[in-house]
Amino acid sequence: MNELIASIQGLTAIAIGLIIGLGAFGACIGMGIMGAKFLESAARQPELVPMLSGRMFLLAGLIDAAFIIGVAMALFFGVANPLLGALIQ
Amino acid sequence: MTKDFSASATTSTEYIVNHLTHWTVSIGDGAFWKLHADSLIVSIGLGVIAMTLFWLVARTATTGVPGKLQAFVEILVEFVDQQVRDVYQGDRRFIAPLALTIFVWVLLMNCMDLLPIDGTKAVLKGLGFEVEHFRVVATADLNTTFALSFSVLILVFAFAIKAKGLGHFTAELFTAPFHSESTPMKVVLAPANFALNFIEYFSKPVSLGMRLFGNMYAGELVFMLIALLGATWAGFTLGSGMGFLGHIIAGSAWAIFHILIVTLQAFLFMMLTVVYIGSATESH
Repeated sequence: MNELIASIQGLTAIAIGLIIGLGAFGACIGMGIMGAKFLESAARQPELVPMLSGRMFLLAGLIDAAFIIGVAMALFFGVANPLLGALIQ
Repeated sequence: MTKDFSASATTSTEYIVNHLTHWTVSIGDGAFWKLHADSLIVSIGLGVIAMTLFWLVARTATTGVPGKLQAFVEILVEFVDQQVRDVYQGDRRFIAPLALTIFVWVLLMNCMDLLPIDGTKAVLKGLGFEVEHFRVVATADLNTTFALSFSVLILVFAFAIKAKGLGHFTAELFTAPFHSESTPMKVVLAPANFALNFIEYFSKPVSLGMRLFGNMYAGELVFMLIALLGATWAGFTLGSGMGFLGHIIAGSAWAIFHILIVTLQAFLFMMLTVVYIGSATESH
């Protein structure tokens, strides 16, 4: 019984790490590309910077969305693991 | 710190699980009829407070030199109107107040995350209501965010039907985006079109709700983990002293960063609502 609990917890820990790590990888690359394009266009047309930075924050929220949903799911598995709950029953 | 307010929490897992449980009230048999009373009370209360404030300002508004409160509300209204005008070129008389309501309400509910974790329970205990679990961040509850986003979906349908008519709207569900002229091809393409439209219309509220929920839930959980770092206080030793100092620094840094997240998520929810309603009223 203890081995089953330990194996579920170990695999869940690996899964949490993968979710957060891979999500952060994608989100950071996306933010980097978007930020580079923003700086480039801000250098080309400085008079558009207020409008562009508003749009940039909007896009930042959208890019981070999938990553943060992944973090919330991973933290949920970290504190209240339903796989473990099914085993306990 | 934890000894004063949550006397039953002994280990860190118990502390976190205790703070992640909702105050559920059952109004019937089964799991469907369990209400999260804390989310309902907080969200309805904040909505009433915000809208009453706006209504009072609108009633006593002057065209002369405005007072500070009226100036603040005017700044907010103009900001939201500018954003809506950039995105939606139709009749703004309903969309702009809707956007303002969503923005202010979601912003207020998100700001509850910046209050101390054990603080609200202590305040309630001081006022005389002893509750075992009280989660004060209403948008960290999946029910609240899905309620908001599915209401937005209903509004999207209402605006689409109003703009296109019921017959044309249902016809478009089966004929867009793959068009064809001959009738047999139309019958073949209809299920594919319907599946695509269903996914498109259904993924919008799911992603909208989960984005807001994920941000607020993760923020709250990091606050709890930082509180656990401060809970290592065990007298004036080096280890617990550093833990306490680290928790103050980390808590301040995360709270400052979270102010940005809170405002950004409310703004994002508002903008996406307006964009979805706008894209539903234009025909293919």
